Amino acid sequence: MLNKYPLWKTLMVLFIVAIGAVYALPNLYPNDPAVQISGLRGIEADAVTLDVVKSHLDGEKISYASIVMEGGQILARFSDTEQQLRARDILDDNMGDEFSVALNLTPATPSWLATIGGTPMKLGLDLSGGVSFLMEVNMKEAINKAQESLIDDFRTGLRGEKIRYRSVKKVNEAITVQFRNAEDLANAENFLEKLNRDLLFVSDEGNLTLSAQMTEQKLKETREYALQQNITIIRNRVNELGVAEPLVQRQGQKHIVIELPGVQDTAKAKEILNATATIEFRLVDTEGDLSAALNGRVPGSSQLLKERNGQPVLLKKRVMLTGDHIVDAGSSFDEYSRPQVNITLDSAGGSKMLNSTKSNIGKPMATVFIEYKPTDRVDAEGNTIFEKIEEVISVATIQARLGKTFRITGAGSQAEAHNLALLLRAGALIAPIQIVEERTVGPTLGAENVRLGFQAIMLGFGLVFLFMLIYYRAFGVVANLALGANLVLIVGIMSMIPGATLSLPGMAGIVLTVGMAVDANVLIFERIREEMREGKSIQQSIHQGYDAAFSTIIDANITTLIAALILFAIGTGPVKGFAITLSIGILTSMFTAVVGTRTVVNAVWGGKRLDKLSI
Amino acid sequence: MQILQLKNTVAFMSYRKAALLLSIVLMLASVVSLATNKLNFGLDFTGGTLIEVGFEQAADLNKIRSLMDTNGYDDAVVQLYGSSRDVVIRLATRENVKADMLGNQVLDILQSGTGQTIDMRRIEYVGASVGDELAEQGGLAMLTALICILVYVAFRFEWRFALGSVFALFHDVLLTLGLFSFLQLEFDLTVLAAILAVIGYSLNDTIVVSDRIRENFRKVRVGTSEDIINISLTQTLSRTVITSITTLLVLAALFFQGGALIHGFATALLLGVFVGTYSSVYVASSVALALGISKEDLIPEVIEKEGADQEQMTP
Repeated sequence: MLNKYPLWKTLMVLFIVAIGAVYALPNLYPNDPAVQISGLRGIEADAVTLDVVKSHLDGEKISYASIVMEGGQILARFSDTEQQLRARDILDDNMGDEFSVALNLTPATPSWLATIGGTPMKLGLDLSGGVSFLMEVNMKEAINKAQESLIDDFRTGLRGEKIRYRSVKKVNEAITVQFRNAEDLANAENFLEKLNRDLLFVSDEGNLTLSAQMTEQKLKETREYALQQNITIIRNRVNELGVAEPLVQRQGQKHIVIELPGVQDTAKAKEILNATATIEFRLVDTEGDLSAALNGRVPGSSQLLKERNGQPVLLKKRVMLTGDHIVDAGSSFDEYSRPQVNITLDSAGGSKMLNSTKSNIGKPMATVFIEYKPTDRVDAEGNTIFEKIEEVISVATIQARLGKTFRITGAGSQAEAHNLALLLRAGALIAPIQIVEERTVGPTLGAENVRLGFQAIMLGFGLVFLFMLIYYRAFGVVANLALGANLVLIVGIMSMIPGATLSLPGMAGIVLTVGMAVDANVLIFERIREEMREGKSIQQSIHQGYDAAFSTIIDANITTLIAALILFAIGTGPVKGFAITLSIGILTSMFTAVVGTRTVVNAVWGGKRLDKLSI
Repeated sequence: MQILQLKNTVAFMSYRKAALLLSIVLMLASVVSLATNKLNFGLDFTGGTLIEVGFEQAADLNKIRSLMDTNGYDDAVVQLYGSSRDVVIRLATRENVKADMLGNQVLDILQSGTGQTIDMRRIEYVGASVGDELAEQGGLAMLTALICILVYVAFRFEWRFALGSVFALFHDVLLTLGLFSFLQLEFDLTVLAAILAVIGYSLNDTIVVSDRIRENFRKVRVGTSEDIINISLTQTLSRTVITSITTLLVLAALFFQGGALIHGFATALLLGVFVGTYSSVYVASSVALALGISKEDLIPEVIEKEGADQEQMTP
């Protein structure tokens, strides 16, 4: 018999739509305003913390809907945002340094849905409010740094091999070592070449120099490393900010995207993200003549820097230890109530520190604070020029051998010590970064965008619904069922895909899909009408209508899908969001319009003699 | 209900000279407009700062302008956005001020100058270099899309159709861009997305028509290529019109209800759907006809396809 689907086919369609509906369901439950308290530096919130949080909230008579501890974090839900904001302020003031308190919107998904993995769609910043940054890594500085560390390696390596050299310095883009005789040059070349296979060595026997240049490959690796390392460090810093569901992602060759939903205090966020501060420990050059240095005669192995109070200090260029070895840092007060920063080093750093302090007991050691600040000037390629600011924050006499843990004083205030500790803990950026794009969306605008977008979807949906109903009558009802199922499937799939975020252009994509999704049905229905006009029987017309329209639908949709996929691959931000919903929409609409409506049509009209068809 | 259910074949192709003339005139006008008026590029492409603020009471634009003026931001563009209390301020990238601080400074100026509490709704700051990259990327995306489509259509249909449909896409994109430049509507990332959606939509339409032409070349034994194209266009006309209507309905919903942020997107698509519907009737098929499409071109494919189809069609 014509137009009969086997039962399994009908069941399959029903099953797919049902799955879509279940996973779309969490979106019907609005999010609860919540406050999330999480421990920093390896500290986990426990039952004691829970009691502390409770007592603070009870003390201020703030009522919470629920408060639970899960995975080392405490989550307190509130019935409205007013209570939530008050709670945040109270807890922020009272929970101290070891915990971060962040605002959060927590899905109120029923537990049975949550257990099968049901979550609502993630909303983009334009819908939820928050701030996004696009950061650019200064690759020039990254290369510079790599070269500087090579110079250091060359010096220590040659010294270790007892090969005498005059100088090691950067000339143009190469590192050039000057020797006294040809024998040293040959030895050095032999030795260094073995150690650095990714460098290109050129020796000049006439001038007794050996120069090393980074290969294209090595340059590429250095850039890649700088980007990856910076991403890791920014992730750490974002975590310190205590933002719920932050996003840190690379974009292209030198950009990093950071999205912080719900963050309104952009100044604070910027300060933490953008800071490229690190510290170095260096010995004070006690033999050098300070007054001569002030007049411009600085010894070659030393550098003239200033303390915070403007006092000049002559420091050895050689760095005892850099900030890379710091694994933890915190702030507290010393016995004279001055702010201090407590530092813990990794084991390599610990032994380095031990070695270099051992032979220098009684000598002064300086802590140098280094910061890269973007200037208003740009270089020929349009990149911002960074200014390296070095400042001595403390000079202290080494009293004993220093090991893995020690402290530094000299930070101006407690807040400064706190910030410095935070930065040291989060690691220093390998290369300075700069904000090239910043977008902040207020929460009110976000909520309004959601409301308007939803209204537009509903209105557009309603209009199409009405039109199809009038134009195709009973078959219009079928098309509308498909349209509804299509919407449910899009929402369901968007909720299921972990990385998918719904943004305003994404909503527009859904609206557009609704408009275009009926196209397949229009094609089929028009074909059926045509076949009927040609005098074919009704069952025959339905059958051939679907058949003939099929290849057209496939061709038309695949070409649109190509466009959508290219948008997804190449586009960023809003374009990408639009491409995701459009691609999903095309796939689901093909399914609902071709298979879905056929199932309904077959079930209602299939397999019997008909004289007329309501189409 | 039925609209446009035509009893007789409409001789679409006999008007193709007039349509060609119209298309050429419009395309030239677009090129001229793009060359003289340029596109009114939004922040995404030019770089700069955009600040959207909400006032407690109706905002006095003149006062805001003079406030901006006296504080050294004489290039500020101040506009109402959506309602009388929402104001958007645009500033070009400047050299002597650190750009990412600009938003906060402007907010301070407005807050102290008007004495009103101002609700910061949105701040966007985009560096100029990012804009350049985006423009490059957008152009690349469009080019890649056109090439991929050309390849697919040539593979599935015939090279004349492929050229025809890609030419139609080019026509639609150019006209939409031309209109944006003529009306000086702001061209931002969402508009770019819309233009790419127009490509998708117009293509959808073109493919449906080409599909029918291919089918009729196999089925209809008599008549010239022109007749067959006319028959195909007449047969698909009601579908073309209905799909355009439903799409326009939802786009109208987006245009009137979607909010200010999505306005440019909706406008571009509305224009694009009009142009795309026209081009699927006239441009793609005229090009294929002008390139000399004939029955013979589609026959090798036909034999194979017909056999396959017939088996399925037997009840």
